[in-house]
Amino acid sequence: MIRVLLPFHLRNLARVDGEVQLELAGPVTPAAIVDAIEARYPVLRGTIRDHVTKKRRPMLRFFACEEDWSLEPPDTVLPEAVATGKEPFMIIGAIAGG
Amino acid sequence: MSTVRVLVGTRKGAFILTADGKRKNWDVSGPHFGGWEIYHLKGSPSDPNRIYASQSSGWFGQIIQRSDDGGKTWNPPGTKPEDLMGADGFPKAGVSNMFVYEGEVGTHKWYDGTQHPWEFKRIWHLEPSTTDPDTVYAGAEDAAIFKTTDGGKSWKELSGLRSAKGSLWQPGAGGMAVHTILLDPKNAKRMYIAISAAGAFRTDDGGKSWKPINRGLKSQYELPDPDAEVGHCVHRIALHPSRPDVLFMQKHWDVLRTDNAGDQWTDVGGNLPTDFGFPIDVHAHEPETIYVVPITSDSLHYPPEGKLRVYRSKSGGNDWEPLTKGLPQKDCYVNVLRDSMCVDSLEPCGVYFGTTGGQVYGSADGGDSWNPIVRDLPAVLSVEVQTLP
Repeated sequence: MIRVLLPFHLRNLARVDGEVQLELAGPVTPAAIVDAIEARYPVLRGTIRDHVTKKRRPMLRFFACEEDWSLEPPDTVLPEAVATGKEPFMIIGAIAGG
Repeated sequence: MSTVRVLVGTRKGAFILTADGKRKNWDVSGPHFGGWEIYHLKGSPSDPNRIYASQSSGWFGQIIQRSDDGGKTWNPPGTKPEDLMGADGFPKAGVSNMFVYEGEVGTHKWYDGTQHPWEFKRIWHLEPSTTDPDTVYAGAEDAAIFKTTDGGKSWKELSGLRSAKGSLWQPGAGGMAVHTILLDPKNAKRMYIAISAAGAFRTDDGGKSWKPINRGLKSQYELPDPDAEVGHCVHRIALHPSRPDVLFMQKHWDVLRTDNAGDQWTDVGGNLPTDFGFPIDVHAHEPETIYVVPITSDSLHYPPEGKLRVYRSKSGGNDWEPLTKGLPQKDCYVNVLRDSMCVDSLEPCGVYFGTTGGQVYGSADGGDSWNPIVRDLPAVLSVEVQTLP
């Protein structure tokens, strides 16, 4: 079981409270997690990554196990602690503004 | 008794203001979509309970919301399981909220004069069809017009617009967006749009092809060629449904009119204290009565002398009178953005506008007197009104 933390506005858009829990059959990667999120919550398509290019939106970041995975290739396999649900995969709005 | 429903888009959410036909006591609901920029909301003329909203964010992109119950509940169209199931039973690729330019997108002029690729940023304006609640036109930044015929589940660009010298268009300070869409109520094939900073355009074939309609516009400080066909910073155009060939324009500087569907424009700024501003609108029952809100200059986006004044002309321009009763006449330094003025169709005509200071003002007597409906909203981006039976 994989635990995913969505930012406040995306939780509201998807109408979920707290963490999202997912089961993935294959390797646990940022792309696979976002695929599963978008499949369960179609309204989030385009909000985390571009509809067409599938590139992460510039002002969102991916964190897990106290590391920033945002700039890693989206098919990078995440640590076992994410795959087992010990640590959450966090999608975070970048700090911006004044 | 009739009622009115005022739809307000702000930097931090949407608000819906309702009142009976007297327009004295108002209910305020919201914020809807709190924390998101709501550039525009508009109801369908053929089904007033159908309202569309453009919800966007620099973080999360573009969402289209739709209400089928007059704004009580909202859903992004095209995101229910049944919307996403293909004919073969497998999920099809999501198209909701997706605005993709058609074909070879090309480039437009950038601030430094170089060419820059088209990039979708947000929807500025939603214009529902006058006859079909499922058909809506959407004005985008970077400048393009999209159309849905399935209630917002999917959108397709009318890409012929970019053929109207798109490579010469250039963003204004607020971006390069299709911010105004006017549908001709007498000719389903005719539509007008306006873009900052490209100009006004018209289609006579339902959006397949477009032509610039900027003859008579002068932009001597912004364009090297004073008679340039495109590149003008048109802030807003408006028409009265009884005379769709007569258009009024608030340009970056200058207030103008055309009596031949944009083929030739004439300056009607007359005695305005300044002819810089953003919104312009037409009285619901008097096609020659028009309203503007003069702003000091392109460098000072607030009213002259700190006095918030709507100016009204009852002669289609040139002769203007200030409307001040109920509006702050000292220490007022707000702006009124281009999509933030509208009129209802009651008798007497109601006029509404919102400010960047978060006030929404209403007049139930054609502008003779004004009252604040709300005072402390986030900066107002758009105001629309529905007159309900």
